[in-house]
Amino acid sequence: MASAPEVSPASNRLVRWLDERFGWEQLLAPLRHKTVPVHKLSYWYFLGGITLFLFVIQVLTGILLLLYYRPSANEAFESVQYIMTQVQFGWLVRSIHSWSANLMIFTAFAHMFSVLFLRAYTKPRELTWLTGMVLLFLALGFGFSGYLLPWNTLAFFATKVGTQISGQVPLIGKPLLIFLRGGEEVTGATLTRFFGFHVALLPGITTLLIAIHVLLIQRLGMSVPPGLEAAWNALPPERREKPFFPNFFARELMAWYIALGVLGVLAAIYPWELGSKADPFAVAPAGIRPEWYFMFMFQTLKLIPAKVGPIDGELLGILGFGVAGLIWVLLPFLGGDRYGRRQVFIRGLGVFALAYMLSMTVYGYLAK
Amino acid sequence: MDHAGPVTQNEPARRRLMQFLLGGGLLASALAFLYPVLRYLVPPPAPDLGGDSVVAAKVGELKANSSKIFRFGSRPGLLVRTADGEYRALSAVCTHLNCTVQYRSDVREVWCACHNGFYDLNGRNVAGPPPRPLDSYDVHINGDEVVVSRRRGA
Repeated sequence: MASAPEVSPASNRLVRWLDERFGWEQLLAPLRHKTVPVHKLSYWYFLGGITLFLFVIQVLTGILLLLYYRPSANEAFESVQYIMTQVQFGWLVRSIHSWSANLMIFTAFAHMFSVLFLRAYTKPRELTWLTGMVLLFLALGFGFSGYLLPWNTLAFFATKVGTQISGQVPLIGKPLLIFLRGGEEVTGATLTRFFGFHVALLPGITTLLIAIHVLLIQRLGMSVPPGLEAAWNALPPERREKPFFPNFFARELMAWYIALGVLGVLAAIYPWELGSKADPFAVAPAGIRPEWYFMFMFQTLKLIPAKVGPIDGELLGILGFGVAGLIWVLLPFLGGDRYGRRQVFIRGLGVFALAYMLSMTVYGYLAK
Repeated sequence: MDHAGPVTQNEPARRRLMQFLLGGGLLASALAFLYPVLRYLVPPPAPDLGGDSVVAAKVGELKANSSKIFRFGSRPGLLVRTADGEYRALSAVCTHLNCTVQYRSDVREVWCACHNGFYDLNGRNVAGPPPRPLDSYDVHINGDEVVVSRRRGA
């Protein structure tokens, strides 16, 4: 009676059966040993996990949408309309897919900035940052390709503009544009390609990269903010940690449950709009704008004059964002030592980037 | 004759040859797989069914100071009837980032809603980000049809 609670015999037998066949216990051992540092900034550790959870939601709702969606210019809009109006809970599945996509991009950005400001991207975590950045670009690719699939007016023109921007890239621009559009213009061929990217190519690459990203985190352990790390190294008894499994994991589950609640509320109260069917021979409507996460780039392109010296303004904007993106990806290699003086500069860069993106986004929504 | 001498001298050369053959073969087969895939990714060119002229509207369809979008091949064109009753035809594809432009009767200019670019009625880019003028087309009246045609040599 007073002895420790025992695992029930049946599940015990199953665990032993698995263990005898492929070393189950050994497989789980790293999870049992993993710890999560406890400090006042610990909450930021949840963001990556929430992003992962939202990705899983995307996969599940995406599979459900595939049951009714038809990827052709003649049928796409009608099939989404059918999902929204005829299929039972179709509106809910699609709204959750759209809301979850947007929240996922938001949490991914928040995760990235928290990693930057807590200096978790420095040696030895360069590859974690690198895979994370590629995952962020893939998420934007998911957003861009998925946006077109309902084949509505807004999506049609957003895709025209977005692919035209990629066509401005020096040398490879034109072939890239033809490759993305499946021809010179945005047509049904573009829709078919984007559908392929969205449901096959991107999910495959993303799943693989998530596996590498999570494995790296598993191998390297959780990063402790530099100030705290120095204090803990100086006075080891001060170190506070909790086991990842089940203590931290249980809290992560709570965060996921809250995220699910937020998703349900948003999808139920603000079902995602469908708009009007795309017509290649209609004018671009007033007030056209991309998804919010492209807004800061959109607004910048809008502000750059047609010509800056001898260069086309748009080309300058695109090159600017390209160079900035590349520098951002390479930050762990440019920043040097975790405690070095260059870190102050990088923090300044991070604050500037965040302020720029926020203000340009707000400006974009306020400007006519 | 020392039998071992030539063998040890030839050994690295022979190994290099084997590596070259093996590596070259693998590379060649990789290229043979890759080339068709790359070609497959490029869509076959679609013919522009537009020809050089098109009936854009009927006479009397457009009031003064109004406009319509017409199909010119696979691209949209913009037919404007000015306040003076004159017809102007322009490409409706914005030279900035490819959106479809529209005529604004309030300012009597051509406007692109995407990035707030303006053109005058000759297609010249007058404000905002567009880097080049819109292509302009010839308009003539043929019976009760307004016919738009590409400029020769343009």
